[in-house]
Amino acid sequence: MNFFLDALNWLVDPANHVGDGAIGIRVVQHLGFTAVTLVFASVIAIPIGFLIGHTGRGRGLAVAVSGALRAIPTLGLLTIVALWVGIGLDAPYVALTVLAIPPILAGAYTGFQAIDRTTVDAARAVGMSERQIVRLVEMPLGLPLLIGGLRSATLQIVATATLAAYVADFGLGRFLFTGLKTRDYGEMLGGSILVILLALALEGAFALVRILVVPRGVTAGRPTDIRVRSKGLTR
Amino acid sequence: MIEFRSVTKRFADGTVAVDNFNLVLPSRKTTVLVGTSGSGKTTLLRMINRMVDPTSGTVEIDGADIGTLEPVKLRRGIGYVMQNSGLLPHRKVIDNVATVPMLRGLTRKKAREDALLLLDTVGLDRSLADRYPSQLSGGQQQRVGVARGLAVNPNILLMDEPFGAVDPIVRAELQQELLRLQRELDKTVVFVTHDIDEAFLLGDQVAILRTGGKIAQVGTPAEILANPADEFVATFVGAERGKRSLHLENHGHGDVLVDGDGRLAGVLVGAPTTQDKAGPASGPGASAPGVEPR
Ligand SMILES: Nc1ncnc2c1ncn2[C@@H]1O[C@H](COP(=O)(O)OP(=O)(O)O)[C@@H](O)[C@H]1O
Ligand SMILES: [Mg+2]
Repeated sequence: MNFFLDALNWLVDPANHVGDGAIGIRVVQHLGFTAVTLVFASVIAIPIGFLIGHTGRGRGLAVAVSGALRAIPTLGLLTIVALWVGIGLDAPYVALTVLAIPPILAGAYTGFQAIDRTTVDAARAVGMSERQIVRLVEMPLGLPLLIGGLRSATLQIVATATLAAYVADFGLGRFLFTGLKTRDYGEMLGGSILVILLALALEGAFALVRILVVPRGVTAGRPTDIRVRSKGLTR
Repeated sequence: MIEFRSVTKRFADGTVAVDNFNLVLPSRKTTVLVGTSGSGKTTLLRMINRMVDPTSGTVEIDGADIGTLEPVKLRRGIGYVMQNSGLLPHRKVIDNVATVPMLRGLTRKKAREDALLLLDTVGLDRSLADRYPSQLSGGQQQRVGVARGLAVNPNILLMDEPFGAVDPIVRAELQQELLRLQRELDKTVVFVTHDIDEAFLLGDQVAILRTGGKIAQVGTPAEILANPADEFVATFVGAERGKRSLHLENHGHGDVLVDGDGRLAGVLVGAPTTQDKAGPASGPGASAPGVEPR
């Protein structure tokens, strides 16, 4: 209980809201780092995932590589890369991109593979080119699962990005490491609470994005939806 | 005119779906490929729009070997209707119909206008235009599928068991609509079914297939009914079951027609024209007279 009070005091203490290490600045750093890492991982994983999903080839390889990537301990990778490229943000970017690739890759290709084969076949039969099939059929219909993949990647990055402070003066992890060193448990717990709040906020944002971008026809196909709407629709 | 010349299809797993198939499908007529499941009907149909390429032999449209044509371009000029509609679930009815014309360069506005007219053509209320496919009944979905098939005003319409998954009443309705459409539009229709009654109803030319895409008999419904080529055909068309072998009986109130099982089938009206037409129930499937292939 004391820790909690300490944490709350730390969170509202004006001294922690000024200067280079202000809570606001750390939150923005943390968010920015998460966003950039997510973009890196997406740029690598989404095209590959789409290719696998569209062609149906290379899925075994993708599963194997994803498994291997997942097995790499992020802290170990971070240390190795940091020893190689030096102190700074490069190493965390690399380590967390590696962490984020598997869920995004899986979301991208399972999204395509979950689509009814006859839908894709029909699109081809009426004269869509392979590119058009990807763009007009597979991407919109595969979106829900891709967003699921992005969501879990984001949550992993947000939580694990605390490690960036291990090799750089950066992000919310800083509060954890300093707090640990100085035995300021209020600061540690306060930092943790911030990470948790950030994760919850992002979770909410993803739920919203999902509602906004999932094609209406897809949700309209759900039985519950039909039942609710059928009253107004039938004579 | 569509022509199959010595067409064989062997799939990667070794299945020979079609073996040395030869057939001419005349322009502006309906040709029905009928046979049991697995007899190669779908494979044959999909060789016309290059969804399947023959292992050997050629398929020609108006004398041109389609093997030399670009598949995507070829498909955009041929209507295709499948059993479970194959509509895009994330697009509204109207956009499903407008999709291919837009791929061919039509503006969205024009394509949607045309699509509305097509909904009229296939007998769908315009109020359904803004629904998603999942909000339609099976029969309505099939109508949308037909509208989409007609959207690029193709000369050729391929239909793969389009009414196979709807209930019998709706099926009968859709069959009549197709006959009406065909009278108005005059397309070269290739229709696949496993239902011989449907084949005789809709087909100007009917090809009965055995396993392996082998033709057991090809001809007009009347020719096939009057002279089944062999036992297989006779069984398939139901002549043997007595369903179609009718004879006259007199019960004292006038002549009635009775089938081979002794069930009452109807009465004979007008003068019998034994040579002319022996189609089922005066065979609306027979070719409309006076229609000249252009
Ligand atoms: N892509 C394919 N790969 C392997 N075998 C196939 C494929 N498509 C169809 N076949 C086989 O070819 C035969 C004919 O199939 P199909 O043309 O679909 O028959 P139908 O439409 O008359 O039911 C069947 O034995 C089927 O299993
Ligand atoms: Mg079939």
